[in-house]
Amino acid sequence: MLELRSVSYRYPGYARLVLSDVNLRIASGEIVGLVGRNESGKSTLCLVASGLAPGSVGGVLTGEVLIDSMPTRGLRPFDLAQRVGLVFQNPNTQRSGVTATVFEEVALGPVNLGLPVADSVERTRWALDTLKIEDLADRDPAKLSGGQAQLVAIASILAMRPAHLVLDEPTAQLDPEGTRLVGQALTALATTGSALLVAEHKTDLLDRLCSRVVAVDGGAIAMDGPAASVLGDPNFERLGVERPARYRIADEISAAGLTVPGAIP
Amino acid sequence: MNPSAVAEPSAPPLTDADRAYLASLAPPATSPYQRLNPLTKATLATIATLSAFVLGGYLAPLAILGILVIPGALAAGALRRLVRGAALVSLPISISVALVSIFTRAGTTVLFTVGPFDATREGVDFAVQIILRLFVTAMALGLFGLTTEPHAFVVDLERRGLSPRVAFAAAATLETIPLMVERALAIQAAQRARGLDTEGSLGARIGGVMPLVGPVILSSLTEVEERSLALEVRAFGRPGRRDLLWTVPDDGRQRLLRWGLVVAFMAILVTRVSGILTPLP
Repeated sequence: MLELRSVSYRYPGYARLVLSDVNLRIASGEIVGLVGRNESGKSTLCLVASGLAPGSVGGVLTGEVLIDSMPTRGLRPFDLAQRVGLVFQNPNTQRSGVTATVFEEVALGPVNLGLPVADSVERTRWALDTLKIEDLADRDPAKLSGGQAQLVAIASILAMRPAHLVLDEPTAQLDPEGTRLVGQALTALATTGSALLVAEHKTDLLDRLCSRVVAVDGGAIAMDGPAASVLGDPNFERLGVERPARYRIADEISAAGLTVPGAIP
Repeated sequence: MNPSAVAEPSAPPLTDADRAYLASLAPPATSPYQRLNPLTKATLATIATLSAFVLGGYLAPLAILGILVIPGALAAGALRRLVRGAALVSLPISISVALVSIFTRAGTTVLFTVGPFDATREGVDFAVQIILRLFVTAMALGLFGLTTEPHAFVVDLERRGLSPRVAFAAAATLETIPLMVERALAIQAAQRARGLDTEGSLGARIGGVMPLVGPVILSSLTEVEERSLALEVRAFGRPGRRDLLWTVPDDGRQRLLRWGLVVAFMAILVTRVSGILTPLP
């Protein structure tokens, strides 16, 4: 379980609060979508939920961040890394730059953990297999397409076997097939008991993936509820986020005075 | 059952196929010399260079070249490339050494005169000796560079106890250069699309490089924080040893060779400094 209790946060050197009084609780096995316009605090919330802010980033945090009821404050980054994994948006900055093959790149985390080689290999194969990218294993990680590179970045975090996972726009550079693969992998992970927080602009993906959606605006939680009620709420688009296609199409159909059998009422 | 035991199930032991796959991840070695352990090649290069300088003269550097460098270059099939590269690298400094020593070295035998400067036999002798040592250095280090994958060297040093942090910094630095070149080309293309002129005279070309310097450096710096966070979430910085996926082979004969070279060099150094070994011609 990932939990933020009355969390407010500001970056080092800034007086402005980027998150204010955020309360969020993600149960094990739950996939929670996180939406909001750019600069609304999504990425900061991801950093805070994974313990990197203020741990590594610095800044001032009030309130409490708990992973499986354990406060993250004071945990060292490599301890945190096994409790909650964080996937960033840009695959290029996530590439270590010290490996010649995708296999070694994905294995870097397990190797850093000091695991025996057999365990590192097993985790690496599992992560590559989970994302269906075994065929990339021998490729040079610097010479992949944006989508492939992001799948490798996600596999690199999965190989750490973190108890929970935070993903900051993980499919921003993926094509529809890559997006679908990531969605499937996340669903599979949730069934193993991980709590997942997925920041995304692609609300169609969240519509398929999440049981719950949280919308942030100006650093505070503006909406929090079951995916269908948040994503389907007409007020949702005031937060600068587009609703999933099925809701927009349904609106168009009813505005035209038509009805479709079996459509959302 | 021990309740404090780690819940993480341990993976099945590696099969022979696994081991073969992991070994295949190591950079390929295409010649017998490349297959030598990087530390052996580094020792050969270092001892060849130091001995050439300590022994001096003509015979000793040539002998070192013949014994420690040329056989390796032949085994690696890289002699022609190595000689050309070493000559090119040592040329500029050789020219300045030649100019300075031939005309300024005091001597009794004047070979020819240019203006107020006398070229002496002693000056020529000194210059040739220095150039010879520089050439041996360029050949020895060049052979190491041509036959050693930097990544393999770093991995081998980490296995020998180098801190993973230092190993990472070394490996990342080596990998950064092509990345920065790629970035510079992308920025250059973007600036040319907006009218920057990078063709033409030397002046225009130099002028065309200047607008790239700032963006290349700044864009590299802005990524540093994100990169370091991305590494932290992959447990980089955890203290303690790492069990690396592949190692670079080493064996008893190579260890013996390395120690033999070190002992031989110490012997040369001691006998030369103490005056037991007189300078060779």
